[in-house]
Parts: sequence; C-alpha cells; structure tokens
Amino acid sequence: MAMIDHSTEAAPPPETRAMRLRNFWADYRQSWVAVAALIVIAALLLGSFFSPFWVPQNPYDLAGLDWLDAFLPPGTVGSGGYAHLLGTDNAGRDMLSAILYGLRTSFLIGLTAGVLALAIGITVGLTAAYFGGRIEALLMRVVDLQLSMPAILLALVMVAMLGQGIAQIIFALVVAQYAYFARTTHGAASVERRKDYIEAARSTPLPTSRIMFKHLLPNVLPPLIVVATVQVASAISLEATLSFLGVGLPLTEPSLGTLISNGFKYIHAGRYWLSIYPGIFLMITVVAINLVGDQVRKVLDPRNSR
Amino acid sequence: MFGYLVGRLSQAVVVVFVMSVIVFVGVYAIGNPIDVMIDPGATAEIRENLIRQYGLDQPLWRQYFTFVGNVFQGDLGRSMVYNISVTSLVFSRLPATLELVLVSVTIAAVIGIPAGLYAGYRPNSIAAKLIMALSVLGFSVPTFWIGMLLIMAFAVELGWLPSGGRGEVGNFLWFQTSLATTNGWSHVILPAINLSLFKLGLLIRLTRAGMVEAMGAEYVRFARAQGLPDRQIVFSHILRNISIPVVTVFGLELGSTLAFAVVTETVFNWPGIGKLIIDSILQLDRPVMVSYLVMVVILFVIINLTVDLIYARLDPRVRLKGGS
Repeated sequence: MAMIDHSTEAAPPPETRAMRLRNFWADYRQSWVAVAALIVIAALLLGSFFSPFWVPQNPYDLAGLDWLDAFLPPGTVGSGGYAHLLGTDNAGRDMLSAILYGLRTSFLIGLTAGVLALAIGITVGLTAAYFGGRIEALLMRVVDLQLSMPAILLALVMVAMLGQGIAQIIFALVVAQYAYFARTTHGAASVERRKDYIEAARSTPLPTSRIMFKHLLPNVLPPLIVVATVQVASAISLEATLSFLGVGLPLTEPSLGTLISNGFKYIHAGRYWLSIYPGIFLMITVVAINLVGDQVRKVLDPRNSR
Repeated sequence: MFGYLVGRLSQAVVVVFVMSVIVFVGVYAIGNPIDVMIDPGATAEIRENLIRQYGLDQPLWRQYFTFVGNVFQGDLGRSMVYNISVTSLVFSRLPATLELVLVSVTIAAVIGIPAGLYAGYRPNSIAAKLIMALSVLGFSVPTFWIGMLLIMAFAVELGWLPSGGRGEVGNFLWFQTSLATTNGWSHVILPAINLSLFKLGLLIRLTRAGMVEAMGAEYVRFARAQGLPDRQIVFSHILRNISIPVVTVFGLELGSTLAFAVVTETVFNWPGIGKLIIDSILQLDRPVMVSYLVMVVILFVIINLTVDLIYARLDPRVRLKGGS
C-alpha cells in the first residue's frame, strides 16, 4: 500500500503549454543582456513599423524634400521648422525618418525571407527524413552542396541572374538560406522518425502529410526556433551587404544597406552622419537578434535543463 | 575505395554541369548585353553585325555548347567592357586577391589561436569574456560596416593609412605584389584586418572549445599529476591535440574567404577578382560573370570532393556507406 501512495505522490502533474511557456521565460530572463536585447528588438520593430505615424517626414516623397536642407549636421533645424536629430542626407532627407523607413524595409525583407526559407527548409528536411532512400540522398546532397558555399556568394549569384528589387532580393535570400533549416530539420527528424509514436501513427490510415506536419514537426521545432532567429539576423545583414554592394535595393526604396552605401560616398567630406547612423541601427538590430537567439539556444539546450 | 572514388568524381562532374547550365541560362536570360555595349544611336546594321559577332543570334543551347567547347580550349570568352580575354583579366586580378587573403589569414591565425587558448584556459576571467564578446562581434556585425568604420577611424579621422586602392606594387620573384613595398603594406593592412575578422571569430571559438574540452581530459589531468608546468601542458600536449580539428575547419573556410573578399574589396576599392565580379554584374559583362561563377562552382566542388575523399580515407565507414 505504501508503495502505491508513494508513486501517486511522485507523479508529476501533466505539463501544460502555459506552464512550459512560464518555465521558458523563467529560464530566459536569467540573463539581463538577453532581456535587454528583446526590449531593444521590440522597440525597433514598433518604432519602424509605425514610423509613418510619428517620424517628421516621408523620405520617399520627393516633392516634400528641399535641396536647401541637404547635408545639415545632426541637431540642425531645417526649413521644416523641426530639428533634424540625425542630420540630413545629400537630397535633404531627414536621416532619422529615412533610417526608420529603411529599418522597416530591412525587417520586412528579413522576416519574409526567414519565414519562407523556414517553410521550404522544413518541407525539404521532413520529406528527406520521412521517406529516406534515394529521395533523402538526393535532397540532402543538394543541401550539403549549398551549405558548403557561403550564403553571400549564393545570394550574389541569384541577384546577378534575377536583377534588383524587393521580390528578387527575398527570393535570393530564401535560396541562400533554406538549406540551414533543411539540414537542422533533417537532423532532428531522422532521430524522431525511428521512434515508436511515428511507427504507431504510420500503422493508422492517416495521410502521410498529416503524420509529417502534425506528429513529426512539433517534435523537431525547438532547434528550428534557434536557427530561425539567427537566420533572420543574417538575412537582414545579407540584404544590407547586397544593397551596399549596389546589387540590392535602389535608392528610391532604401533599406539600411542602401542608406549606408549612399552615405559612404561622403565620408571623405567629413559628413559622417549619412552612413554612421544607419550603420549603428543595423548593428544594434543584428546583434540584438543574435543575443536573443543565443539565449534561446541556451534555454532550450537539454543539457541545461534542471 | 576505387568504386567510391569513381562515384564521387562522377557526382562532381554532374554538379559542375548542372550548375554551369543554371548559371549560363540565368545570366543570359537577363537584359540584352548589346544595349549596354553600343551607342543607342547606332544603325541597325552595326547592331546586327555585333549580335552575329558575339553569336547572340544563335539559340541558347547552341551558345551554351559553343561556350563549353571554348572553355575546354582554355578560352573563357572576351570581356564586353574591357575588350580583353576573360582569362587574362582574371589572372591580372588574382594576385591582388591572393595577397589580401594571405595577409588576413595570417592575422587571424596569429591573433586567434593564442586568444582562443587563453579564453579556454581561464574561461571565467574578464579577458576571456572580452575575447568571446569580440568573437561574437566578428561573427554578427556585417563585414562592410566594420570596413567602413576602419576607414573612418584610420584613414579619415587619424589619417594614418590610405582608405583604398592597392598602392605601389614591387617585384617579388617572378610576380608583382604590393607586399614588396612599404606603401603597398600600408594599403593592404586595413582591408586585411577587415577580411580577417570573421575568420578570427571562428578561430577563437574553435580553439577555445577545444581547449575547454582538453582541460578536463584524462591526459591533461595525468600530465598535471606528474607535476608538469601548465605552460608545457598547454603548448606541447593540448595544442597538438586540438590542432587537427582547428586546421580542418580553417582550411575548409578558406574558400569562403573568397566570398567575403567580394565585400572587402568593394569597400576598400581593392582591384581583385571580388571587385571584378561586382563591377561585371553592375555593367552586365556576361562573359566575366559566367566565367567567375563557373570557376567558383568548380572551386567549391573540388574542396568538397577533397574533404569527402580525405574522410573516406580516414574513416572506412564513410566509403562503405557511400559505395552501396
């Protein structure tokens, strides 16, 4: 009798989703740097996506620009009657407005490319792990080949073939990045694939796609979350690099990279603010996302669990 | 082993063929190179002649086979912008890139390995934390942005070093390099630092990981128990053991230095092959684009093949699995 009492006492309560989330957060906030990084990202996201409502100027509206305002140093009051906190560029654009609009473009491209690459990578990785055999060999061979080449080179090849523009850039980033997700999914899914619950599901008349996405996928998600965070940061920085090289976005719809590239022409003239402020925003964004990814990886690492 | 070798080789040939078709079709599908080359006011006759001269009136598949046939004779075509053969164009730019890569790899190794060793030896010290934070920066901050900061600090503000270009070249043995002159060195140092940062971060992390693992290993505990000084343990025992994975990964990463050289060369206006490919993309110089991309594909296929073969040589399980 005593034995039975003991075992019922020791049985842990079933873990709900809300509890898991609370545990995750308790672990996550152990690092104040990571919490600060999360706050910074939230602020940048909100600030840039709502930028049309609060920044002083629409930088895309060429009619609203005044050539007399060109190259005003930070803090100068321009013809609009307000202070340009971060100065103005060669066309008289308010840098703060241009940076926040540019940041919005950068986020949009990074997130869209990240989500698309995630979806394609998951599909490729799951298909390879689930079916095995020749399909697996072929798919993973292509993925491995792509992983052996630097992402920037692949993106450059794609841009060389597709030309410039937002859609082309996103496509190039997806091509350059889906392989990371495919590799991670495949690694985790091949382990899960051999477990009994998948065998059990396969013995029922459930459709294959349902087993793949409803049974297999949830169990390979944790490592993917970490890869996704890092890949969004790297998509943003890749896009900025391509735009800086002059093969990314045109100056009519500038991202952060385009702004830095434009400002780069004027650094010898001592007009540092044209390139240094967009660069600082880019750096803060990328580093903050990486810090969050780092902490999520630590928290999800089974070796760290109590 | 022989069967495995043949299998891998034929795979590599298939990859190169498929990639060259994709690159060729992709590059030739965009725009019309003739529009870039001639004055818009030229007569239709001149236009026709030029199109025929470059073989652009032929169907795409025939153009591709002409291209492949020429490649096997060592002819990569003529640059439409510089009007010289692509082979001599690439070879005239290659030394600049190679010397840049050489200096940056040396910087990464000379700083990265000692820093990584220290960070692994005293993982909780402030200096170790600083080194790791630095390696994170090298990984995550875009290369072009760091390059620009270097120019702003050392060229514009302090005026110590030039901001771009290759500087004077001198003769060293049978080729010309800027490493032979002081002026050349002053030009190479900033871009080399810029290019080395990513490798530096990687090297620090690899060495540190190896060091941390080794510090807990049996052989180190045993060496300690024998009363050997730490200096001797680290430099003659641990360093030898961790050098194999470090050298492997580092060697593999050499290929990607080529990719990052594209960025660094553009920032510092360095006349290497990275700058060449960006310029040819911007000017739609198709023969250069196709040749460069196909060469890069071949380079990476060779790197992959070598790694596969070395692993197969070292680990019998790989060639047994791959051969089936």
